[in-house]
Amino acid sequence: MAQLSDLTPGKKGKIVKVTGRDAIHRRLLDMGVVGGTDFLVEKKSPLGDPIQIKIMGYHLSLRKCEAETIIVE
Amino acid sequence: MAKKLKIALAGNPNSGKTSIFNNLTGARQHVGNWPGVTVEKKEGTCKYNGYEITVIDLPGTYSLTAYSIEELVARDFVIKEKPDVVVDIVDASNLERNLYLTTQFKELDAKVVIALNMTDVAEKNGMNIDAKNMSHLLGAAVIPTVGHKNRGMKELLEAVVNTAENKTGLEEHPIAYGKEVNPEVEKIQRILSKDSNLVSQYSPKWLALKLLEGDSEVIKAAENSSVWNEIQHVVNKSRDYIHYHIGEDAETLIADQRYGFIRGLTAAAVQRPEVERVSISDKIDTVITNRVLGLPIFLLIMYALLKFTFSGSEFMVGWFEGFFEWLGAAAAAVIPEGIFQSFIVDGIIGGVGGVLGFFPLVLFLFLGIALLEDSGYMARGAFVMDKIMHAFGLHGKSFLPLLIGMGCTVPALMASRTLESRKDRLITMLVNGFIICGAKIPIYGLFIGAFFFKSGATIFFLFYLIGIAFAMLMAKLFRIFLLPGEVAPFVMELPPYRVPTIKGIFIHMWERGWMYLKKAGTIIVVVAVIIWLGFTFPQEPNYSKDYKAMTAQIEENYVQQVALIAIGFGTAVNKIAKNEIFTKFAEVDFQFSAAIEEGGLEQGSEIYSALEKEKNKSFETLQETYPQQARLYVQYRALTPAKDEQLAAIENAMAAEQMEKSYAGRVGHAIAPFFKPLGFDWRSSIALLAGFAAKEVVVATYGTLYSMGETDPEAAEPLREAIQNDPFWTPLKAISFMIFCLLYIPCFVATVVFHKEAGSWKWTGFMVLYTTVLAWVTSFIVYQGGMLLGLG
Repeated sequence: MAQLSDLTPGKKGKIVKVTGRDAIHRRLLDMGVVGGTDFLVEKKSPLGDPIQIKIMGYHLSLRKCEAETIIVE
Repeated sequence: MAKKLKIALAGNPNSGKTSIFNNLTGARQHVGNWPGVTVEKKEGTCKYNGYEITVIDLPGTYSLTAYSIEELVARDFVIKEKPDVVVDIVDASNLERNLYLTTQFKELDAKVVIALNMTDVAEKNGMNIDAKNMSHLLGAAVIPTVGHKNRGMKELLEAVVNTAENKTGLEEHPIAYGKEVNPEVEKIQRILSKDSNLVSQYSPKWLALKLLEGDSEVIKAAENSSVWNEIQHVVNKSRDYIHYHIGEDAETLIADQRYGFIRGLTAAAVQRPEVERVSISDKIDTVITNRVLGLPIFLLIMYALLKFTFSGSEFMVGWFEGFFEWLGAAAAAVIPEGIFQSFIVDGIIGGVGGVLGFFPLVLFLFLGIALLEDSGYMARGAFVMDKIMHAFGLHGKSFLPLLIGMGCTVPALMASRTLESRKDRLITMLVNGFIICGAKIPIYGLFIGAFFFKSGATIFFLFYLIGIAFAMLMAKLFRIFLLPGEVAPFVMELPPYRVPTIKGIFIHMWERGWMYLKKAGTIIVVVAVIIWLGFTFPQEPNYSKDYKAMTAQIEENYVQQVALIAIGFGTAVNKIAKNEIFTKFAEVDFQFSAAIEEGGLEQGSEIYSALEKEKNKSFETLQETYPQQARLYVQYRALTPAKDEQLAAIENAMAAEQMEKSYAGRVGHAIAPFFKPLGFDWRSSIALLAGFAAKEVVVATYGTLYSMGETDPEAAEPLREAIQNDPFWTPLKAISFMIFCLLYIPCFVATVVFHKEAGSWKWTGFMVLYTTVLAWVTSFIVYQGGMLLGLG
């Protein structure tokens, strides 16, 4: 178990739980970040933040602070 | 009579919705706004098989929650307007996430037809989708389409008509929410059905789900219900029950179940390749947002966009200017000279032409932006810039409005719509005016040219940076003190790179351009008239000198001098042109100028010099024969230009005084004391006042006030010299003035657009006030500080 923000580019994993609240939580659910979904951390932005992951076959970007709310394994 | 159908197009952003809308409606579409919000509403019509179909393009959304305006607009339309069919456009290459929206339309009990779009890309990726099977599992028609190649449209319309007439023969398969949620939904439904009014407006099942999810808008609607207390009680109990037994909140659980339904569906209907292929788009992306290359590529693309906008539009700006000049001249030829001619030519044509001169620039900018958006780069730009923007309390997407601001603040304010959160949008709009726009450039050209010519480019660039620094600083301050809170999340799709279609880009460009024209255009005419009135009246102020008498004196002197010369030729004033010897001299000059004009020759060219030599020779020959007359003729030749010069000087002095004493000029004088501590004179007050109407007239106003007559802002050489030689101006004052121009209120049109976008007088008033105060204080510090340091 770890936070998504801890993973370095190239790492694969599975979403366990989204812990954030309200808008961010809802948004992540809408974008397919739900328990049991596989993902791949693709890269960091040139300035280090946000990060880019591949999930459900598409590319999703999110800030590190937002990735901290996502528990993965 | 044709049967009428109303259909709504829905789908995720980047699902190819726009191209399907364009395919269906062609040119029969128009753009407006959804009532009450600044979200674009596109509507069009098409005919199919005896049906007249109205197509409404809903905003592209991922979901139907109450968290964003777009999603609310989309779902309210389906609930309240009850379209006959909702066409849900689903990106086949990105099925799971796209179907999430579909499940929510099903919950709304809408009749759905699915356009399985971009099947070509899905096939290329090695996916095999069984549309028929999918259609049975979903209980809705599924039609494969390729929007940008116009494939599958007929089949889509056929399915729309069949669905509207309930002739699909498909069975509805409701989504199962699991043994924990389903009974709770049913419980809530039972309570809800007691309020017949509520149930007639909404599907009870959807209401129950949304109440469980804690949807703020639905709760608001239910609060008015006669059974609200009961509802609230049951919903709270259900939420607690779910949380207690499953350890998840109801919202997450329901979302999980929707995705579960989708997983089941795709497992049955979709075959995927064993090894995922790396698409070209992904390969491109590894370069473009590369750790090392990402930032340089971003800067390069932004540079290219600005270059394209400014250089690319040059030829068309020329056309526009030429057209308005021609129009002005044509109107002047038709309308007799006088106040009405001035009203039409200077007031309306001149004013509208001045602002519309920017239209090609705006169009090119929109073209470039459409290209970046449709190719998929725009999201990457935000991805690259977010860290910097976020540090200043802005969102990654704010970079786009700020960038467009370099062209024109009006479209820039309109572009801030892409920001989801109202706070982000307001902050971005509030600071946008500090970015030097195209119309302000001549002001810097004038003063930098006059006082800092040697290091002109550096100083100019410095002012750009100062503007950006102010924008960032103020954004940060606003975020802390005025609109505190988190910047909207950056949970954002980075769409695949695509080759944009020409049709798509041009439609995109035109829509925005048209909106700019409509918004700005209607006001421009009014403003142009007001400016003209302010600067034209009173027409005959109490001049300090009797200009008319001075003009008459010059004319009289001229006639007297010609008379003296005529005597020398032995004739009367009115007969001099027919004098034999005089004609000989005149003929030499006439032939020379005729030859020059015919050949379009430039002074200094070889032929010109040869002709000039020939002319001088002819003249000398004549001089030998008529030495005395030759002397007189030379005198005569100089008379007309000398007279014209004197007359022009008087006319310009008169125009300057007229402007100074016009209503606008009087206001300028009245507010001059306010600007005195900043080092400005009354001329600058008037110019700044005119600058509120439109920044491009600042330089032209100085031109008139310095008795230069009409001044072309792009070629203001004489004006530059006049300012340079005016003992009033010092480099410090020039800097203070340029700082003020950088920060004070954007032009009138931008202010009106700001008001429309912000939607409240409070914010418009605040913007006008704070920019003026900030400009004043900053210029004050610069000027007084400079004086203290002995730089004045």
